[in-house]
Amino acid sequence: MNHMWASAVSIELYKIFRRPRTYIGFAAICFLVPLIQIALYVDGETYLEFSLQNLKEAFEFQGELLNGYLATYIILVTLYVHIPFLVTLVTGDLLAGEAATGTFRMILTRPISRTGLLLAKFTAGLIYTSLLIFCMGLLSIIMGVIVMGTGDLIVIKNTIYIFAEDDVMWRLIAAFGFGLLAMWTVAALSFMLSSFAENSIGPIMITMSIIIVFIIISAIDLSIFRTVKPFLFTSHMGSWKLFFEEPVNYNKIGNSALILSAHIVVLISVTLFSFRRKDILS
Amino acid sequence: MSNSTIIEISDLHKSYGAFKAVNGLSFKVFKGDVFGFLGPNGAGKSTTIRMLLSLITPTSGRIKIFDKDLIANRSTILMKVGAIVEKPDMYGYLSASNNLKLLSRLSGYVATNDRINSVLLMVGLSHRAHDKVKTFSQGMKQRLGIAQALIHEPELIILDEPTNGLDPQGMVEIRNLILKLNKENGITIMLSSHLLNEVEMLANRMVIIDKGKVVVEGDVVELLSGDKMKVTIGTSDIDKANAVLIESGLGHEILKIEGHEIQLQLDQSEVSKVNALLVDNGVQVDKMVPVRSLEDYFLSLT
Repeated sequence: MNHMWASAVSIELYKIFRRPRTYIGFAAICFLVPLIQIALYVDGETYLEFSLQNLKEAFEFQGELLNGYLATYIILVTLYVHIPFLVTLVTGDLLAGEAATGTFRMILTRPISRTGLLLAKFTAGLIYTSLLIFCMGLLSIIMGVIVMGTGDLIVIKNTIYIFAEDDVMWRLIAAFGFGLLAMWTVAALSFMLSSFAENSIGPIMITMSIIIVFIIISAIDLSIFRTVKPFLFTSHMGSWKLFFEEPVNYNKIGNSALILSAHIVVLISVTLFSFRRKDILS
Repeated sequence: MSNSTIIEISDLHKSYGAFKAVNGLSFKVFKGDVFGFLGPNGAGKSTTIRMLLSLITPTSGRIKIFDKDLIANRSTILMKVGAIVEKPDMYGYLSASNNLKLLSRLSGYVATNDRINSVLLMVGLSHRAHDKVKTFSQGMKQRLGIAQALIHEPELIILDEPTNGLDPQGMVEIRNLILKLNKENGITIMLSSHLLNEVEMLANRMVIIDKGKVVVEGDVVELLSGDKMKVTIGTSDIDKANAVLIESGLGHEILKIEGHEIQLQLDQSEVSKVNALLVDNGVQVDKMVPVRSLEDYFLSLT
């Protein structure tokens, strides 16, 4: 049965990559990442000047601050809110798409168990998500370095952090790694919603609505929201930024990773529980 | 026919709230059977077939296939079963051969290109093997549906209304294919239908269900032997034909006369005799169409 499960994963990947909608995400990234980098290359000095205008009165900055590392960091800040949409385009369709086209009847009369099939589909969804984030990371870093070169990375939060050139790459890789975990959580949410739906529009819209509502709740500093905030996955999606602090707060990052992982486990458990009992009537 | 039981359904129930879709169904399908599963729309045929294929869970009752409990041995059983449930929807963005390759792998069967080609040849689709399924007509999809049910060399095929939506030519092709699979490949076939004449043409045994219960079960020939069928006779000399039938004592069997057609009720054995009677009396018979409807058969049972 393990062989059948592995076979089911490869079949699901094959199906994912034979559909045009799969390439929308890659196309969007391949368009947006170079666009942002070219814009920064052309007009980045103005952007940097504006960001550092108060600091320049007190400090003297030397070296090339506008470099590929800063461009990659800016891309991460800009796009991580929008990537969930590209993830749900595929993961929200994994189960609902089969229900909509009636192919569930065909595949669920095969010997593979429902649990096996569902986990194979989810694994394929995670692989797609990973490739999307890998593509974004690779394109951002490689193109950024080629176009704007390397240098120290300046990050302005409540305080100003300047990371030496040789101290940046691991932080970027770790940030993309954490971002991947956040996107897996989004994938798990849309996958669960997909199991309740008969077409993929619903899961995609509901996932995005949930993310928007949770981000708003996370951003509003009202006491009524304070108790729920630590448990919302959106409160932890941005914890990749903690890699760009000194010292790195690994406890906080670990806690966020744990909460995101717990979300994935709970969401998949709910999906399994309902899907195993579901009568296939369509 | 061998007597070993392939499917055994015992006291099967499926309820949706207060509605009982299947209500205490029991019957057996034997090895080598072409088993007709008949009933009017809404009788519970599709629900039963979905339970046989574990698409839905029975409320109560027991299903044994190949002498094993379906719930406890689902995977082992389904490796040896091929099926079409309602219309066979395939992946439109994939070719016919890729659909078959993919579905056979989900059955734990590695279909070689030769196997795929031979199955597509069997259903008359070898020339479209590499075309995307979304370009196929309904009849072609139906034939591909049969191909996916066959690809992993099953011992039992369950077909839910396999000729639904097909044109007359397509119906004939699918029926011939079903007979061929049974006779030449020895595959046991259970087919649901709401057409009694279809089951009469294909099946050796049948069960008729209504409102989720068995109405009658048994050998097709035996069950239908005492049943009269409607026969429509087409002739240009309608008055003469009518007179000949009345003279020969068949007047009370005439159901209606419309235009150039007379419809009467006859035993199967009488059909050829009436044809000869009319021809001998100089009536030109243009057509003679016997039709047996499920509705009429129901009425004869009650």
